[in-house]
Amino acid sequence: MKVSRLFLGVAAASLVASAAYADTLSDVQAKGFLQCGVSTGVAGFAFTDDAGNWQGFDPAVCQAVAAAIFGDASKTKYTPTTGKTRFEALKSGEIDMLARNTTWTYSRDVDLKLSFTGINYYDGQGFMVPKGLGVSSAKELDGASVCIQTGTTTELNLADFFRTNNMSYEPVPIETNAEARQNYQAGRCDVYTTDASGLAATRATFENPADHVILPEIISKEPLGPLVRHGDDNWADLVRWTLNVLIIAEELGVTQDNVMEMAKGTDNPEINRMLGAEGSYGDMLGLPADWAVHAIKAGGNYGEIFARFIGTETDIGLERGLNELWTKGGLIYAPPFR
Amino acid sequence: MAAVDYQQQPGVKLSELWVDKRSRGVIIQIIALILLLLFIGFIVNNTINNLKLLGVETGYGFLNEPSNYDINQRPIEYSSRSSHGRAALVGILNTAIVAGAGIVLATILGFVAGVLRLSGNWLISRLVYVWVELTRNVPLLLQILLWHGIIVHSLPRPQEALSPADGFFLSNRGFSVPSPQFEPGFWAVVIALGVAVAGAIWFAGYAKRVQEQTGKHYPVFTINLALVVGLPLIVFMAMGVPLTLDWPELRGFNFRGGVTVRPEFMALWLALSFYTAAFISENVRAGIQAVSHGQTEASYALGLRPNWTMRLVILPQALRVIIPPLISQYLNLTKNSSLAIAVGYMDIVATIGGISLNQTGRALECMSIVLGLYLAFSLFISTVMNWYNKRVALVER
Repeated sequence: MKVSRLFLGVAAASLVASAAYADTLSDVQAKGFLQCGVSTGVAGFAFTDDAGNWQGFDPAVCQAVAAAIFGDASKTKYTPTTGKTRFEALKSGEIDMLARNTTWTYSRDVDLKLSFTGINYYDGQGFMVPKGLGVSSAKELDGASVCIQTGTTTELNLADFFRTNNMSYEPVPIETNAEARQNYQAGRCDVYTTDASGLAATRATFENPADHVILPEIISKEPLGPLVRHGDDNWADLVRWTLNVLIIAEELGVTQDNVMEMAKGTDNPEINRMLGAEGSYGDMLGLPADWAVHAIKAGGNYGEIFARFIGTETDIGLERGLNELWTKGGLIYAPPFR
Repeated sequence: MAAVDYQQQPGVKLSELWVDKRSRGVIIQIIALILLLLFIGFIVNNTINNLKLLGVETGYGFLNEPSNYDINQRPIEYSSRSSHGRAALVGILNTAIVAGAGIVLATILGFVAGVLRLSGNWLISRLVYVWVELTRNVPLLLQILLWHGIIVHSLPRPQEALSPADGFFLSNRGFSVPSPQFEPGFWAVVIALGVAVAGAIWFAGYAKRVQEQTGKHYPVFTINLALVVGLPLIVFMAMGVPLTLDWPELRGFNFRGGVTVRPEFMALWLALSFYTAAFISENVRAGIQAVSHGQTEASYALGLRPNWTMRLVILPQALRVIIPPLISQYLNLTKNSSLAIAVGYMDIVATIGGISLNQTGRALECMSIVLGLYLAFSLFISTVMNWYNKRVALVER
């Protein structure tokens, strides 16, 4: 059953009516791959590598899920979605899960009938300005032209921020991150606003990143995470616990390199339960006992994925900050595996 | 003849309905119509059922809720506290503005280019030919992006804005001009303009009657121009200039005050106008060429001057050929304005069909509103133009 993003889609798709939604896992296993919704491209978070494959912090979650199901991370296909098309793509069944810088909000969770399966990045909306403007605080932006991606929560936060601070501004609505970068660099807008992580990623692609500053104000909470549609709790559990496994793996020191070794059995019962050496936890999800081994093997644990794509060693250069493990003063926390 | 035979038969058997060509045609059409309606009904029913299965609520109640987003080009009062319905209204007006301005410019450019295309000057007619072929064979979306790119990249930033005259500034934030602020006394000027226009229409009719009866010719155009411009101007002065100008001024990041024509509007407007003008110019050329050259020679023989020949003989006949395709071009321009989203011009598609849709998730409702609005726009233009077409059409006596 499909309710596609456009009226034509509705007409065509309505004909393919079937209520076979209930079991996404079986559907995915039957077709032999996982269809994953990603963004149209944000450096570090989702991008195509030289070979044309999607890589990044968000696709890594999809790859872990695919690895958990098939034992093979490459059995993932990607659908690039814009801020506008992402929810319809998910609701219509075009994609099985969405991993795309999507903020968990009440109305998306409740009204749009989506299920957020966790948070893989704690973000907040920030502002980037050219250094030459001499602006040091967002409170000095009265009257500025602001480039903003339409159809995102940032648009609403921006309106609220300027209204509550009694400032005026000119919104310059833009469809994709690439267009926003062009308009910002051409000087069509003074300010570019989006999630601070996205700003850092965009700045990293500039010729002279040092010429631009990200202002200290963070004007919103933007918890980003993967999501699935309502109505299939088993599938939501699978995606949720794949993400949890990556986090627990970091906490317990299970890495891409040592996971095969540890799967043979360790002194730590939680690792043994997770990697299938003890109990039959895979069965509960309808997966083989070593599902978590494959999920971790695919791209490493949460910390390794972070470091590889967006960490301080990369061009993006993001600190762990809030996204440090709870044991190290951050917010990244997963329920126990038992 | 089959039709005659058919009428001569006293009783018609049911099976003969199918054998007869005319009745068979009607039956097939009825069946096709029923099938089409069933198909539409099936789709609508299916969609509603599917939405229910998904647990998605439908309805237009969200139109009254606050939109929570801002719009840069606001022909009417609007803020992020206004409703989604109000945002849609802003979008409608923005579409109407760009479509209206586009139709005017495209018509002017199209007629000029169409006439130049027929010019005896080889260079001019070739240049116009090249321009027409280039413009109408490049996708409109690319042209919109090109214009936007040219404006945003080639014009200076507001701090170094070009100022062709005092109070006029051109930068990559747009073209800022002083805006008129009307004072209470201004209504008298508006009334004077109304009176003048009514007078001008009456005088044109009177002059025509006099000319038909006596052959006496008045300089109608000059007198009417003086009336329409002069009378409001006198009242304007008499009321003590009830109008002030709000001058734009660079404060902080942008120009404040006055009116700013944004780059997004300019890009969309110019691209739409040039693109459509290329098509219109071909219509105009075809229309003029459709009028036999003998008509020109005949009117010269009668002693009419060239511009009278054009106005009184050629154009009325050419318009009959030009107007029907012109209607299609106007409709195309209006519908093509939905490409506004490419440069972030806040039209219907960008407001109610874009941000509102996205923030509320009411895809079907929002798209149905957008569809209905474009249909209304198109039907309105068709009605007006068809009325005009009837007026210029050949009156058969």
